Amino acid sequence: MKAKNQRLILALVALIALIGAGLLAASALKDEAAYFYTPGDAKTKGVEPGKAIRLGGMVVKNSLKRATDGVTIHFDVTDGKATVPATFSGIAPDLFKEGSGVVAEGAFDARGTFVATNLLAKHDERYMPRELEGMQYNETSHELKTVGK
Amino acid sequence: MIAEAGLAALWFAAALALLQLALTAFGLAGGKSDLLGAVRPVAVAQGVLTAIAFIALIALFLRSDMSVLLVSTNSHSAKPWLYKFAGTWGNHEGSMLLWVTVMGLAGAAVALFERALRRDTHMATLGGQAAISLGFYAFLLFASNPFARVTPAPQDGQGLNPLLQDPGLAFHPPTLYLGYVGLSVAFSFAIGALLTRNVDASFARAMRPWVLAAWVLLTLGITAGSYWAYYELGWGGWWFWDPVENASLMPWLAATALLHSVTVLATRDSLRAWTVMLAVVAFSMSMVGTFLVRSGILTSVHAFAVDPSRGTFILVLLAFYIGGALALFGWRVGAVREGAQFQMVSRETMLVINNLLLTVILGVVLIGTLYPLMTEAFGHKVSVGPPYFDRVAGPIALTLMLAMAVGPLMRWRRDQAGVVARRIAVPAAIGLVALVTLALTVGRTIGVLPFAGLVIAAGVGVASLAPLWKRNLLRTPLFTWGMVIAHLGCAVSVAGMAADSAFTQEKLVAARPGDRIDAAGWTIVFDRILPIAGDNWTALQADMTVSRGGGTPVAIHPQSRFFTTPPTTTTEAALLTRWNGQLYIVLGQEADQGRWQLRIWWKPFVTFIWLGGALIALGGVLALIGRERRGWQHKWRGRRVEA
Repeated sequence: MKAKNQRLILALVALIALIGAGLLAASALKDEAAYFYTPGDAKTKGVEPGKAIRLGGMVVKNSLKRATDGVTIHFDVTDGKATVPATFSGIAPDLFKEGSGVVAEGAFDARGTFVATNLLAKHDERYMPRELEGMQYNETSHELKTVGK
Repeated sequence: MIAEAGLAALWFAAALALLQLALTAFGLAGGKSDLLGAVRPVAVAQGVLTAIAFIALIALFLRSDMSVLLVSTNSHSAKPWLYKFAGTWGNHEGSMLLWVTVMGLAGAAVALFERALRRDTHMATLGGQAAISLGFYAFLLFASNPFARVTPAPQDGQGLNPLLQDPGLAFHPPTLYLGYVGLSVAFSFAIGALLTRNVDASFARAMRPWVLAAWVLLTLGITAGSYWAYYELGWGGWWFWDPVENASLMPWLAATALLHSVTVLATRDSLRAWTVMLAVVAFSMSMVGTFLVRSGILTSVHAFAVDPSRGTFILVLLAFYIGGALALFGWRVGAVREGAQFQMVSRETMLVINNLLLTVILGVVLIGTLYPLMTEAFGHKVSVGPPYFDRVAGPIALTLMLAMAVGPLMRWRRDQAGVVARRIAVPAAIGLVALVTLALTVGRTIGVLPFAGLVIAAGVGVASLAPLWKRNLLRTPLFTWGMVIAHLGCAVSVAGMAADSAFTQEKLVAARPGDRIDAAGWTIVFDRILPIAGDNWTALQADMTVSRGGGTPVAIHPQSRFFTTPPTTTTEAALLTRWNGQLYIVLGQEADQGRWQLRIWWKPFVTFIWLGGALIALGGVLALIGRERRGWQHKWRGRRVEA
């Protein structure tokens, strides 16, 4: 095979690979980039039950209830526009509390309750899930953030 | 005084970097080669000065000198010394100082030990290294001075984020940084070679050990980081597709591609322009990673900076260096002559495929990482998470594994498809056996990706050993061993990942002291719960004895730790390692009247993930020793002939 032809073939293969990857990434992004919802988004856009998403908002005060099994909790998540009930079985992060921000990973069930498989609260007082920036949250984190500078 | 001395050393080092750049520029451009004689000593002195500055900062942390702002905001006098020490780089300014120190020392090493490179290219490389360093010196000195004082000095300091208070932190970031910054050497080599029009096999042979060393350190850093997250965060996962993790993965992907293409260039003199391009891309990815982590554009456990002006500074540096390098590449790539030819069925082709697949993975990870930032600029908050990355990167990575199985079994330059097919017959057969066995036993219960992962791991594991088949093992060159072990490591890692996601069993209970819990074949007796105290923390500890199948009971102690400065609770999971997996127990909160939340995982073969990572790095080390030793032997023989 001529050297020129071969280079051409390689370049073509590379091009096809890159385009293929671009398409794959684009299609996956279209499906998954709506991965983060606030309760308001979830209500207006609608999320089909069973689709894995992240739900972010504040834990409503006095909404936290423990089930009798000791490991399941029920709570409400709000963004000020809408409120959805959520449930989680597992060990909640230490910084998970009422009136504080949370990002829950999981899916809605058929009745509209969000079943979380994982809770991301702030890792520490300086960490805030990126998606919740701009939402009002615990005053202490503001203080520490300014001191941290 | 120590702080001022450290700052002075840093200023001197920056001045020397400027001098180094000027010497190489005038020396090369003006043909004044006497100027070039001074470059190497200047580079060494610059390295020594950065080391002095860094040691000064370590001393300040160890002495808990609270009059230094950085120490008072990131350390505490009551902290164990190891964490005072590690706290030096557990913050923005300290980690940037570590960055320039590693760059300075790497530059000094290139000045001292690089012998294989042509002199003008060597000097241009050192000039490039100085140019990169200068930007980072400016960043440190003007935007993140680690030695700034605070008056009045506070009594105790605010402490270090307790999550980072772990032996893992002492060693994980420096390893990663050595790798990140090591890639700057490859970048400078590429700049040097473009400037002096010296892109050929001898250039690649000179660059290869530096790429190998940086890649080994990156591999170790990522492996250690993954294990640290796994045991310290207490959520049982080992990879999160967090932007910060991606920031370390992206340079690794580029460096892996570079490592393979530089080998093609060194041994076959092909892929010249592509190799130079990859060297530019690899370090660019290190800088993109630094930008993501250090700019405050993302918040994460790893992101320290909250000051947007720093983000802008790094973004400008990034644009300047990456843009400059790409412009230089565009301008000079025409001067890079075509290398040697090869046939379609050859090892070169397989390595091109390897490079393409790695680049594609890099591309999709980069897109997924940056996409949320781009949409946010238009006012949308989205997040791209594990579903995207798994779905896109998973299949491509498994395809790459197949190429990895076939590549080493092909000959350089030309081979015959039929002969290759015969060579891969045994690994393919073993993969097929794994496929049938799995399909018959667990087929429908596990996902497609874990299933494919297990099958491919079995085939690739055997294929990676095939290059040793019928060879005298003692006479097999060390770098061949290196390749075999690194590829085997990939198979071991993939097996671990697939086994973990396919077969992990989990149990969540609320239990009282005295209770007996059965989970995944283990019997766990919850003996008691008691408060204990450590150096600067208190904890609730659950004492448990676990046993399996009537074996000897073993005591384990998951804890929930409370730190006062800053007030934080951390989870210390209890891990029990067996050859076929790990038992992972997390103690949660008190559920009600004396019941405690317990999360118990049995994770079959999960340790293979990091064992594989260690094997990959070991392979790199062997290849490095093998190549270097051959160089030494040549030199020795040369001397003997002269004598």
